[in-house]
Amino acid sequence: MSGFLFQAFVYLAAAVIAVPIAKRLGLGSVLGYLIAGIVIGPVVGLVGSETQDIQHFAEFGVVMMLFLVGLELEPRQLWGMRNKLLGLGGLQVTGTALAVMGVCMLLGLSWSVALAVGLVLSLSSTAIVLQTLGEKGLMKSDGGQASFSVLLFQDIAVIPMLALVPLLALPELLDALHHGTDGSGHATELSLVEGLVGWQVAGVTVLAIAAVIIGGHFLTRPLFRFIASAELREVFIATALLLVIGIALLMTLVGLSPALGTFLAGVVLANSEYRHELESDIEPFKGLLLGLFFITVGAGINFGILFGDFGTIIGMTLGLMLLKAAVFWCLALAFKLRGSDKWLFTLGLAQAGEFGFVLLSFTVQNGVIPADLSQSLLLVVALSMLLTPLLFIIFDKVILPRLTEDQVREVDEIDTKGAAIIAGTGRFGQIVNRMLRGNGYETIVLDLSAETVDNMAKFGIKTFFGDASRPDLLHAAGIREANLLVVAIDDHERTTEIVKHARMERPDIHIVARARDRIHVYELYNAGANDIIRETFDSAVRAGRSALEAFGIHPYEAEKISTAFQKNDRQILYNLARIYDPDIPVTENAAYIAGVREAGEKERETLTRSRGRNKGAVDRAWLPPGRILDLEE
Amino acid sequence: MKVLVIYAHPAQQHSRVNKALAAVAKDVSDVSFVDLYAIYPRLDLNVDVEQQRLLDHDAIIFQFPLMWYSTPPIIKEWQDLVLEYGFAYGHHGEKLKGKLWLSAVTAGTPESGYGPEGHNRFDLRELLAPLEATANLCKMPYVPPYTLFAALKSENAANLEKHIAGYRLLLEALRDDTFDLDKACAQQLITGDTIKGLIKGKTT
Ligand SMILES: Cc1cc2nc3c(=O)[nH]c(=O)nc-3n(C[C@H](O)[C@H](O)[C@H](O)COP(=O)(O)O)c2cc1C
Repeated sequence: MSGFLFQAFVYLAAAVIAVPIAKRLGLGSVLGYLIAGIVIGPVVGLVGSETQDIQHFAEFGVVMMLFLVGLELEPRQLWGMRNKLLGLGGLQVTGTALAVMGVCMLLGLSWSVALAVGLVLSLSSTAIVLQTLGEKGLMKSDGGQASFSVLLFQDIAVIPMLALVPLLALPELLDALHHGTDGSGHATELSLVEGLVGWQVAGVTVLAIAAVIIGGHFLTRPLFRFIASAELREVFIATALLLVIGIALLMTLVGLSPALGTFLAGVVLANSEYRHELESDIEPFKGLLLGLFFITVGAGINFGILFGDFGTIIGMTLGLMLLKAAVFWCLALAFKLRGSDKWLFTLGLAQAGEFGFVLLSFTVQNGVIPADLSQSLLLVVALSMLLTPLLFIIFDKVILPRLTEDQVREVDEIDTKGAAIIAGTGRFGQIVNRMLRGNGYETIVLDLSAETVDNMAKFGIKTFFGDASRPDLLHAAGIREANLLVVAIDDHERTTEIVKHARMERPDIHIVARARDRIHVYELYNAGANDIIRETFDSAVRAGRSALEAFGIHPYEAEKISTAFQKNDRQILYNLARIYDPDIPVTENAAYIAGVREAGEKERETLTRSRGRNKGAVDRAWLPPGRILDLEE
Repeated sequence: MKVLVIYAHPAQQHSRVNKALAAVAKDVSDVSFVDLYAIYPRLDLNVDVEQQRLLDHDAIIFQFPLMWYSTPPIIKEWQDLVLEYGFAYGHHGEKLKGKLWLSAVTAGTPESGYGPEGHNRFDLRELLAPLEATANLCKMPYVPPYTLFAALKSENAANLEKHIAGYRLLLEALRDDTFDLDKACAQQLITGDTIKGLIKGKTT
């Protein structure tokens, strides 16, 4: 127990210290984790061989990441990417594999070993690249999309590779293996397809995929609604985890990539109203697991081997990255990526990836690659991952500044498309949503009540389930990119919280907030809302106007009275908001009380139908010439 | 003829003359009356309704106080929105052709203040030329404005009485087709003094 606690403490402490520093220095979180790993592993020696096991566990972060990526991608978008996916991805994997194979053969390796090495090294690091792209907000750029296509294809390509690798086995290695391991192979894993013939395997596989798609489409909604109605956050999180882990398990059982399976599930759920909730629930787990994974990569670097053969290994690493970059460069040209996108694509993917680790150990187990070569290759893979953040820094600091001028226009255009986030779709938010949508603005609507979300869907209004007062959910809804936030929920404390948080996150966003009463207006003013709308004020003024009309006051005069009233009241409110002090109750705030009294005077005076001296805003309008004198005489 | 009175006064709590005139217009039977500021206090004119109203009548009377040598703002709004291309003028836009356009105006300044020698430098008919031009484009015969000068002078009480009574005569004559259009159009302005002479079968 204490051992476990100690390990957890070491890993977490390393991350907590290294990552913020790395981010502060502009190195990105990935490099922070990697450095943390190097420090606690090879440098200080706090952790040892168990990193291998932890790494297998942490790889699950990649699975979660692909689930999240899938959530962001509606089926239609995925279909639209099919050319890029197959074209770019397919060409990249074959191109890189062949190029690496060629170089290896030149260096004197046999063709089968060279091919295996080529396959292993053709893969890039989904974990590092997607994490970094997300962090930099580059996922939606052309370069980011191209990178994503390639990574997705690679994740799919791992499956046939796993099938292919055993065929490349070297007889002499196999013999050695069988002697060494007493024949107790690795096939202790559970499997649904073991012992089935070809067509049965295919059938089971198709069934599993169909289960994910159909189940995801039809079963999740009632399930989530049921869970949400329990109103226990942790149960919802448990459900989300259960979903991801369940799918990963199913995929493993039929011999498919779990990452691919969860990605598919994510895509199926991309249209779901629970999407943002799922996103924010899984996100922290993904983040921690990936962090752990990066740490284990850092910790696993064997400096003994590295320094024993420093020149060769560094040379191999740089050569590999150069070769990969060259392939990406050609593809970028062929697929007409321009400007910064071309560079992002070329530099971002020029490393080997975590699937490389998996494939390497698999090749050794199957007697395809000799163990000592695999040791060196493991180092190459890890080092190339370690160097990737540096490439991103080069991209940021060297390449972008040179290109920005050409790209300013494009960025502008994206800006204007930003959506409005509407928190709360009750009687209040609905109206706002209708008015924005009716005028062609994109809105993202969030609501806390599963029932409302369902009802809205019946009227064709897309709403996402979730509590907007949770920062992570606001994030998932895109507070970083939105142009406008409308807080329309009827819980006034939460409203203030949301405004505060959004203002902290985005000093520049425009916030329209629904206020319950005057005091709430002051709170929202202090929290940084731009437009503060009292929920019943306008309707009350209208009721007052109707009452005046009922007394026979001309409608246009009643209109002038209510407008003057409204303006005056808003001015008073603004003045009082600045006097208001949240720490002193209004009844004890002398300045506030004086302000209220003065406002009352002013209201009587400026307002309406002041009989004596025609000072009232209403009487003053269209007063005939000489009339004031008339009265005074 | 079917007569429509379109009334616009933005501050009726201050009004004396137009209030009395409006009461007359409401009182004359079979004359339609609308108070623009009452039905559109937020200036949100319903164009379709207003166009239909025009189609349903033959004589359109705009009753308003002169303000800065012009109409109250809502009448301008009304013109801009209701007199659409294709409806009031332009291609296929002859829907108002032949309907009478008549302004019933009250002015604060006495008559002597108008005309080349008056301190207002122009005469009233001239100042209302934009309305006349509008009527012309809509192919609506333009009747000289029925005018009350010195509407703010309390010593003008006798004149005021005459003007109010004359308004009733004018509306009834239009309604009963006893209004002598040719004779009226030969005049510069119509006033409470001249109205009687413009009614067929009545002697001055
Ligand atoms: C804003 C304003 C502008 C006016 N401009 C003029 C004007 O240009 N010429 C004029 O003779 N009277 C002018 N007057 C006086 C009005 O015409 C006069 O008050 C009105 O005809 C009286 O009718 P009522 O009792 O129905 O309000 C103006 C009055 C106001 C309030």
